[in-house]
Amino acid sequence: MINYVYQLIKPRTITVKYKNLATDSDRVIIRPEYMSICHADQRYYKGERDAAVLRKKLPMALIHEAMGRVVCDPTGTFKVGEKVIMIPNVPGTPVEKTYPNYLRDSKFCSSGYDGFMRELVDLPADRVVSCEGVDPTIAAISEFISVVFHAADRFEHARQTDLHSIGVWGDGGLGYLVALVLKYLYPHAQLNVIGLDETKLSRFTFADKTYNSTALPEDFHVDHAFECCGGAGCYYAGNQIIDVINPQGTVVLMGVSEKEVPLNTRMVLERGLTLVGSSRSDRVDFENVVKFLRAPGMADRVSRIVTEVTEVKCIDDIHDAFSLDQTNPFKTVIKWSI
Amino acid sequence: MIYGAILAGGVGSRMQNTDIPKQFLELDGKPIIIHTLEKMLMNDRLDVVYIGINPSWLSFCEDLVKKNGCASDRVRIVAGGADRNGTIINIINDIKAHATVTDEDIIVTHDAVRPFLTQRIIDDNIDAAIKHGACDTVVKASDTIVRSEGGDFITEIPDRKPLYQGQTPQSFKINLLQKCFDEMTEEESAILTDACKICVLKGYPVALVEGEVLNFKITTVGDYQMARAMLLIK
Repeated sequence: MINYVYQLIKPRTITVKYKNLATDSDRVIIRPEYMSICHADQRYYKGERDAAVLRKKLPMALIHEAMGRVVCDPTGTFKVGEKVIMIPNVPGTPVEKTYPNYLRDSKFCSSGYDGFMRELVDLPADRVVSCEGVDPTIAAISEFISVVFHAADRFEHARQTDLHSIGVWGDGGLGYLVALVLKYLYPHAQLNVIGLDETKLSRFTFADKTYNSTALPEDFHVDHAFECCGGAGCYYAGNQIIDVINPQGTVVLMGVSEKEVPLNTRMVLERGLTLVGSSRSDRVDFENVVKFLRAPGMADRVSRIVTEVTEVKCIDDIHDAFSLDQTNPFKTVIKWSI
Repeated sequence: MIYGAILAGGVGSRMQNTDIPKQFLELDGKPIIIHTLEKMLMNDRLDVVYIGINPSWLSFCEDLVKKNGCASDRVRIVAGGADRNGTIINIINDIKAHATVTDEDIIVTHDAVRPFLTQRIIDDNIDAAIKHGACDTVVKASDTIVRSEGGDFITEIPDRKPLYQGQTPQSFKINLLQKCFDEMTEEESAILTDACKICVLKGYPVALVEGEVLNFKITTVGDYQMARAMLLIK
């Protein structure tokens, strides 16, 4: 069967690659229904990655956050028509005590390999998780939420001190989800969100307290912190965290920066801090996301950051969706009608 | 019920000096008709997918369907008729032999030699047939169309704006299509080979569904080479 794969061949240029898709393999065939644009996709789309990286990774189909409907499953794991989330991580050779998402030979759809902008997607059954009953526009961003669950898991394994208060630096989509998941996992901890934009901060209704990062009280301290700013914000947030965190606190670094970030390591040493880098996720995190989204009120809260839903029927619509997303501070979800 | 109908009734002109009709030519390890069938089977709105095949190639086609793992309750193979409409009528007759057809039942007819069909086109056909009763898949004419009565000189160059090139699928409410066929005179039957044209002549609206430029029909050696090139076959 001839499949349409919508590849970015150079920044802002998408063409169709026609690929013969085997139907006699043991892979689940899924028709994507809703997908979401990530900052990483935008960086490729706009050509903001290093030229050498673009040369190495393009052409490829973008998008690694998506849900769809099973249209064929030779393994019998899923029913035809079942709503599922697609896992973009392709684990490499297992290494003891190492998460699959950090293995050197692991692969990732939409980072050197085709992402989910395809007419039909084929995946091994263990890269597919049922999400029946979850609003598909919310299920579309499951991969984004799974990254948060993975970070929370890394945090729980790394932290050495009690957890009475947490600080989340970042008022964008990532900060919102990290704060929401931490409230879900640690309902009794004091949850503080630190950001720059008052309007964005007003969405964090479930947080105990929100602060403007330029006006933190002098006596403000947290036991542990999550950095969710990314870009240039990594520098400011990272160093502010190091200033205010309690001794032996754990700092989870989640924001992506294309540039190297100078951090006050002298103070990291002095306070005995633990810095934890966290990226991507694996199957167990997706399963936790589905449980989370089925918990009362959670999908509704997540929906606060899905601020644009746009339909895509052709390549011009894909360009429109990426353009729309560039002015959207939160998440743009695409209804994939190709 | 919504039925797919792959039309492969004719044997047509041969290609590549082979003895087999072009729908059976191999494209990246699989016959063209199997690519088309698989595409339709991946659309779970289609309850059953028919293949209307030239009677002399019936068992050959059955073997291919089996060999490629497509045989199931969702696939039925019937003998095609003397022409395109005859094949559609045979398929409708078989549908009626298996089930009672209601006014809501739809048939999505598609050329076997258009394997670059997409799920979006199938969906849009089903939606348009449900809403309007009949639809045709088209793309805007990109070349200037020249009309010539005798074939030697230009009679007219129509304005390109309202012109479209017809593709397939063509989809219909089954009872509406049957009614059109029943209303045709013998003369009309002999000259009207396009089911959408029949609907238009009988006064029924036929909606347009946007196709894909590359949902083309593989009818010549050049088309076949183009299809191979698109799949990067050396």
